[in-house]
Amino acid sequence: MAEKSRSTNENPCHMCMPMGGILAMKGIANAMVIVHGSQGCSTYMRRHIAEHFNEPVDVGSSSLNEKGTVYGGEAQLKQAIDNVRRVYKPEVIGIVTTCLAETIGEDVRRTADMYLRERKDSEPLHIATAATPGYGDSYTEGWQAMTKSLVSQLAKQVERHDGINIITGLLSPADIRELKRLFDEMRLEYTLLPDYSETLDRPYLPSYSKMPAGGTPVSAIEKMGGARATIMLGCMGREELSAGRWLETTYGVPCVELPLPIGLENCDRLLDCLSDIAGVPVPKRMEGERGRLLDAMVDSHKYNFAGRSVIFGDPDWVYAVTTLCMENGILPLAAATGSRMARLAERLGERMAKERETCRIVTGADFALIKALAENNGANLAIGPSEGRFLEEKAGIPLVRLGFPILDRVGGQRQLSIGYAGTTQLLDRVTNVLLENKYKHYRRSMAKAHYRPEACAGE
Amino acid sequence: MGESTALPEREAFILTKGQKKTLRCDADSLAGCVSQRACVYCGARVVLNPITDAVHLVHGPIGCASYTWDIRGSLTSGEDLFRNSFSTDLKEPDIIFGGEKKLAACLDELVEKYHPPVVFVYSTCIVGVIGDDLSAVCRAAAARHGIEVLPVESSGFIGNKSAGYRAACDTLLKLIEMPPEEAAVRRQARQASAGRPVINYLGDFNLAGETWIIRDYLHRIGVAVNVVFTGDSTCRELKKAPEACLNLIQCAGSMQYMAGQMQEKYGIPYRQVSFLGLQDTADSLRIVAESLGSAEMAERVEKLIAEEAAVYAPQIEYYKQFLAGKRAAVYVGGGFKAISLIRQFRELGIEVVMVGTQTGRKEEYQVMNDLVEEGAVIMDDANPAELERFLLEQGADLLVGGVKERPLAYKLGRAFIDHNHDRKHPLSGFVGALNFAKEVYSTVCSPVWRYLNATR
Repeated sequence: MAEKSRSTNENPCHMCMPMGGILAMKGIANAMVIVHGSQGCSTYMRRHIAEHFNEPVDVGSSSLNEKGTVYGGEAQLKQAIDNVRRVYKPEVIGIVTTCLAETIGEDVRRTADMYLRERKDSEPLHIATAATPGYGDSYTEGWQAMTKSLVSQLAKQVERHDGINIITGLLSPADIRELKRLFDEMRLEYTLLPDYSETLDRPYLPSYSKMPAGGTPVSAIEKMGGARATIMLGCMGREELSAGRWLETTYGVPCVELPLPIGLENCDRLLDCLSDIAGVPVPKRMEGERGRLLDAMVDSHKYNFAGRSVIFGDPDWVYAVTTLCMENGILPLAAATGSRMARLAERLGERMAKERETCRIVTGADFALIKALAENNGANLAIGPSEGRFLEEKAGIPLVRLGFPILDRVGGQRQLSIGYAGTTQLLDRVTNVLLENKYKHYRRSMAKAHYRPEACAGE
Repeated sequence: MGESTALPEREAFILTKGQKKTLRCDADSLAGCVSQRACVYCGARVVLNPITDAVHLVHGPIGCASYTWDIRGSLTSGEDLFRNSFSTDLKEPDIIFGGEKKLAACLDELVEKYHPPVVFVYSTCIVGVIGDDLSAVCRAAAARHGIEVLPVESSGFIGNKSAGYRAACDTLLKLIEMPPEEAAVRRQARQASAGRPVINYLGDFNLAGETWIIRDYLHRIGVAVNVVFTGDSTCRELKKAPEACLNLIQCAGSMQYMAGQMQEKYGIPYRQVSFLGLQDTADSLRIVAESLGSAEMAERVEKLIAEEAAVYAPQIEYYKQFLAGKRAAVYVGGGFKAISLIRQFRELGIEVVMVGTQTGRKEEYQVMNDLVEEGAVIMDDANPAELERFLLEQGADLLVGGVKERPLAYKLGRAFIDHNHDRKHPLSGFVGALNFAKEVYSTVCSPVWRYLNATR
C-alpha cells in the first residue's frame, strides 16, 4: 500500500536521544547521570524509566533556566555536578545533552574537562559526555552514543588480555542476567557493557542505598582496549556511533556484530561466535536448551502459522523478533521503527530474501502508519512496547508487550526473551496470545460463517 | 540536614512545624538536586489536554510528545481526538533553517484529516531559541482554515509547571474571549432561560470520571454546569464560559489565575472548593448553595449530603478501624491537593507527618503549616534524598505521590498511594472518599509488608 508522506508525527514510535543515554549510564557501577537541559527532560524520562522498571531512578538535571539559555549553561552544569557529587558520591558521572543544550551550542566535554581541572584535589571522578540532542535521532542512537562515549573516554591503552567485550543493545535486566549465565556456563572472561541487571532490578533489602550495587565497573571499561575481541549484540546501529568499531580502529580489538540472540538462528550465531573466539565447545546444557526450543517450535508451529504480525520498537528488537516470526511461520506484515537507522531495511531485507513472502520494513514510522499497515493487511498480532496498546484498543489487534517501555503492565524488567531459554518463553507468550484470541472468538466466528438458521431448522 | 543529604542551599525550603522560619518556595530548582518537578510544557499540557475535540500539536523534537502520549486518565463522553499525541518532530535541518514551514504543513495535514474546531500548538524549549514565530504561523493557519489555532507559550526552560498552568490559562482566555458587554447580555439570557443557575467548574480534569461525579451532585442540587475547565470539555462549550454566573475552582494551582482574569474581565465571581474527602465535599456543596443564595438549594444540599453519607460513611468507617493511628507522608504537585489530603487523612484517623509539593504557593504552605501537628516536616521542591530521609525520620507508614516516588516508597518498605493524573479510579466526591479509604487500606494493610523485615 502507498501511504502519503506526512510532516506530522502522529503518535510517536520512538523516544528521544537522551533517554538512551540515561539508560546506558544506569548500567555503570557507582554512576550518576546528569541531563544538561531544562528540568522537565529529566523528569519525563525518569517517569518512563521508573514506571517500566519499578525502581527509583535518580537523574540529575542542570535545570537550565532563561538565564542559562541566554548566557550559556556552563555554571549551572558545574553546579549540578557539584551537587550530585555531594549527595550521591559517584565514581563516574555521565552527562547527556538535550535539544536545548545543543541548540544554544553548549560544549559539555569542554565544561567537563574544565571542571575536572578545577576540582582536581577532590575525590577522583570520571566524566563521560555524549551529545544526544532530542532532534538528532532516537533513544537507540542515544544509547549507542553514550556507550561509545564511555568506551572512547574511559578506555586506556592496556596490555592484551583474554577477556571478551560484550556491548549490548537495550535488553531487560532478566535478559542481561541470562547473558551472564551463558558466559559463565562457557567460562568466559568478559566485560559486559552496560550492565543494569542489578541496578535497575534490585532485590528488596532491609536498608536502602541511593547508589545501587552492580553495573559495569569503570576499571573494567578501562581495560576494554586490551580485549581479545568485541561482540556487539545489536547490529542496526550507526557505524560512527559503534563502541566496538572504535575499539577496533583505536586499539585493534576485532569487532563482531551480531543480532540480539532472539530466535534460533540468532542464538546459534552468538553461541558459534563465542565458541570460536574462546575456543571451547558449546556446553551440553546449552544443547539441551536448544533442543527444548526446537521442541517448543514444533509443538506450536500450527498455531503460529495463523499469526499475521506487525512488529515495532527499537530497530535491533524489531530485527530479531521479525526473524523469530519468520522461523516460526508467523507472517510478518510490517517491521517498523521510529528510528531512521537504514541498516534495518538492508539487513532485514537480506534475511527476508530467503522467505516466500515479504513484509514492509519501515524506518521513521509512527503509530498512525503502523496502525494503517496492520489494519490494511489483516494483522492479528502486534509485538512491541506498550505504546502498541493503541492498536489493541483502536484496531482490536492483541499486543505482546516486549522491549522498552512497558508502562501498563508489571514485570517489564523481569521479562526474559533472549537465548534459547528466553526465546522459548517469548515464543510461548506469542503463541498463547494467538490461542487466547482464537478461543475468545472461534465459536462466534464459526457460527457467523457457517450457521444458517433456515438450513439447520428441524422439520 | 543529615550528612547524606547535605545540600545547604536546600535548607530554606524545608521546615519543621514549630521552627521560627518562613518556608522558601516559588524559586528555580537547584541544579543537580534531582528535583521531581516537570516543565512548563508539562503544566500547560496537563491543563489543556482533557479538551476532547482539540488537536494537541507539540511543536518540537519528538520526546516531548512521546513522553506525554495518553499517559493521563482524563475520560471523555464523546470525542477522543485528544488522546493522540501529534508532533512536528523537528530534526536537525529544522533547527538550522527554522521549523515554521514544517509547522504550517503539519497544521494543514491535521486540519484536513481530523477537522478539529481548535488546534493547540505547544511551544517547546527550542522553539523560542531557533526563532520560530509561533503566533504568526498559527494566525495564518487559522485564517486559512477558519478554525481556532492557538499557540501555547510553553517553552520548558522559562519556568516550572506553574508557568505552564498560566500559559494554558492565557490560551484558554483567548479561546473564550468576547466583549464584556456581549458576555453580560448572553449571561443574562442564558441564566434566565436555564431556569436554574448556570456555573463553570474549574480545575477538574475528569480523571477516572471525577468531573461526572461532581456534575451529578451539582445537577441534583439544582445547578447547571455550563462547562468544566477542562475535564470532558469541548471547544464549543468552552467558548460559552463567559455566560456563567459563578466559577467554582477545585485545583487552585492551575485555575486561580483563570478565575481571577474572568472576574476582572467578565465580572464572574469565583469560589474555591475541594471535593476531596467527605467533609470537604459536603462543605463545598454548602458553599455552592450559599453563593447562589437560595434556601431551597441549601435544603437540597443537606438532603444530598445525608443520602450520600448514609451510603459511604459507614463503609469508610469500616476501613478507618484498621488505619487509625498510622502516619502519612504527602508529596504531590500542587498545594490544593496537599491541603485536601491532610484533611482527608484526618478523616481516616491518620496524621500527616511530612508534606511537600513541587509548586505550592506561599499561602498554601501557610495553610499546611496551620493544619499539621508540631514536628511535621513541610518542604518545597523536594528531591529523592530528602524524601528518603524524612520518610524514615518521621516514621511514615505510607507516601502519597506520583509514578517517580512510588518505587522509592516501596524500596523503603512503605505503603504508597497514587494520587496523580493517571489514576484509574475517582478520588473525588463521596464515592471518591471511599475509593481513597479502600486504596489506603489496600496498601497499608497488605500482607506483603509482614515478609519484608522478618528474619528467616
